[in-house]
Amino acid sequence: MTLQVINRAEPITQRQPAARTRRHVLDLDDFSVEEVETVLETATRMKDVLSRPIKKVPTLRGKTLVTLFYEASTRTRVGFEVAAKALGADTVSVAAATSSVTKGESLIDTIRTLQALGADFVVMRHHQAGAPYVVADEVGSSVINAGDGWHAHPTQALLDLFTMRERLGRIAGLRVAIIGDILHSRVARSNLWGLTLMGANVVLCGPPTMLPEPSFCAGGLPWDLERTYQIDEALHGADVVMVLRMQLERQTGGLFPSLREYVRTYALTEERLAKAKPGALVMHPGPMNEGVEIDPKVARGVQSAIEAQVTNGVAVRMALLYLLSGLPA
Amino acid sequence: MIRLAGGRILDPASGRDEIGDLWLEDDLLLDRPADADEIVIDVSGFVVAPGFVDLHCHLREPGFEDKETIASGTSAAAAGGFTTVCALADTRPSIDTGSDVESVLTQARRDALVRVLPLGTTTKRRDGQELSEMADMAAAGAIAFSDAARAIRSASLMRHALEYSLLVERPIVSHAQDTDLVDGGVMHEGPVATVLGLKGIPREAEEIAVARDLALARLTGGRLHLAHLTTAGAVEQVRRAKASGVRVSAEVTPHHLTLTDSAVAGNGNGRMYDTNARTNPPLRSHADARALLDGLRDGTIDCVATDHSPQRWIDKACEFDQAEPGMSSLETAFGLLMRLVHAGALSLPDMIAALSARPAQAWGLPYGTLASGSSADVVVLDPDHAWVVDPERFLSKGKNSPLGGQTLRGTVLLTIAAGRIVYRNGV
Repeated sequence: MTLQVINRAEPITQRQPAARTRRHVLDLDDFSVEEVETVLETATRMKDVLSRPIKKVPTLRGKTLVTLFYEASTRTRVGFEVAAKALGADTVSVAAATSSVTKGESLIDTIRTLQALGADFVVMRHHQAGAPYVVADEVGSSVINAGDGWHAHPTQALLDLFTMRERLGRIAGLRVAIIGDILHSRVARSNLWGLTLMGANVVLCGPPTMLPEPSFCAGGLPWDLERTYQIDEALHGADVVMVLRMQLERQTGGLFPSLREYVRTYALTEERLAKAKPGALVMHPGPMNEGVEIDPKVARGVQSAIEAQVTNGVAVRMALLYLLSGLPA
Repeated sequence: MIRLAGGRILDPASGRDEIGDLWLEDDLLLDRPADADEIVIDVSGFVVAPGFVDLHCHLREPGFEDKETIASGTSAAAAGGFTTVCALADTRPSIDTGSDVESVLTQARRDALVRVLPLGTTTKRRDGQELSEMADMAAAGAIAFSDAARAIRSASLMRHALEYSLLVERPIVSHAQDTDLVDGGVMHEGPVATVLGLKGIPREAEEIAVARDLALARLTGGRLHLAHLTTAGAVEQVRRAKASGVRVSAEVTPHHLTLTDSAVAGNGNGRMYDTNARTNPPLRSHADARALLDGLRDGTIDCVATDHSPQRWIDKACEFDQAEPGMSSLETAFGLLMRLVHAGALSLPDMIAALSARPAQAWGLPYGTLASGSSADVVVLDPDHAWVVDPERFLSKGKNSPLGGQTLRGTVLLTIAAGRIVYRNGV
């Protein structure tokens, strides 16, 4: 990893071209266009595998994938396990609440133990930003970030890119509106890297308390984008509407007054969706608060790609595991 | 008797800057030989300066001997050219009474390589509820009072602390930070924190607290010392307060002058979420660092202090949010500040002054000078020698430095504390 923030005026990262030399997937900030293309193409082939009567190939037989989750998850953890099993790998699931972590074991000790037990892949979710970097520095295994604090969720962003391209045929030039609590969203952060890299036009929309300060977004960062507090402005002409989960604890944290007001101001309803382009894609990383950030009718409507996101998540994670294992094409 | 021969004698307190000799008789400095028996140390080509004075360092003893001891911390100080260090009171137990101060001084007499001047707490157990026994501690030798990294939350208690300190005429050292606004933040609030997804600490957390403390210093007439300033706005407030006669002094650390929040993203060593770059207060922006330098140059900021904060390996080899803040900085202070000198941003005499005469003057200490008859605290420096920082070779127990692998130009060759050679490296 040669990720560097040199100063405000310079690019925050150095892109690396080759997927096959990559060991870890910690965020999309160090992906090149070519590497994302490789992942998306490989995912298309993996989706074919998943559509076969016997959804299993022996490619990763003998490899072990450990999921280490310090935070609850259904779709991401299960998505990785299904992906690994479809490629013939063995999976072990460690939930922090049931492991030695509750006895006060440090992250470093936990990860060394997992490595000693022979993990080839460590898929990790943690409530604190940067935790996977601590692990990646320490181990020989491939580390895949399955979400770290507010920072990154690269496989979610890749499956979002995959879904957009699958449904709309392209990514470049799409107007993508991301609605909700941008400031505390790892999904938004990773998508910003991915979407701007692939040439989409992103507009950020949310309450002023949940958008980063404009001055923090200047100077070549992927955050230097159109932003608005008004959902109708964000939706205008949108090809994709990405709705983020509203965490209820933000209310007690003083960031918004009530769910009622949030629903009235920001919920994606059919009426509002009509302001986007006809056929605009509706996405949500899950888990949804139906009736809060998204109306159930929209979530289940014809424009919704929310279930496809989950299915595509398996194909994208298979592609990453395959590419990280360094096997020939 | 020792003669330091042929060096560039640089004594900011007197303005002396010339090639010459310096004599040390026991623990005192002389400007001419007292007798014929002398050991000559040839220091030609090097700089001879007053031993450095650090108003702010954490020696951790008693209570946290796994992080640092008075023995290891003062060894690090000697290696960094410091001959006087003021030790913060955030030990376990904290330094709350005269007998606590005496016990630190007793330990220092046994173990210390350089002079240790203890601070006492401002409030008992640093819990911000009741004032500590300042008169008792001052009588025992406490040099100033501070609750270290715990800002005093109550403005009323801070007012009383400044008032009460008039009794002993010692400074109240403030870690000026609005606790509510910090709210769990772990680094400077700005673009880097935004991208890294870490909770930021806005500049205003410091500036609001500085405004409060300056107002209270004006109200009470007490002596306020602002620890480790980090923001341009804070510097400007101090500038105005000094102009209007408030009794305030201020310090800045070498790292806040030379590093920025981008160090957290690995700028310098390529390590993302570098916990060694987590400091409290946090590393801030280029613009802030420039304003701090301007403040140091125009005298708004009185001096440099290291805020040497040794930590255990495990307290840094962890998640960024979990990491203990602070840098082990005694041994890199001079080399890091030399970056400013080599860049032409600060003259060598001014830099030496900021480490010696100026901190001594800020707190009225009789050190940081090469005047004849003063304590034989001397450092010999090679301002040009380049070296690569290897924290594993620090004499401090704290190996926590974000400078590992970086090249610094400027080394300490010899440190003499009260006439005793406490560090020697190549001369």
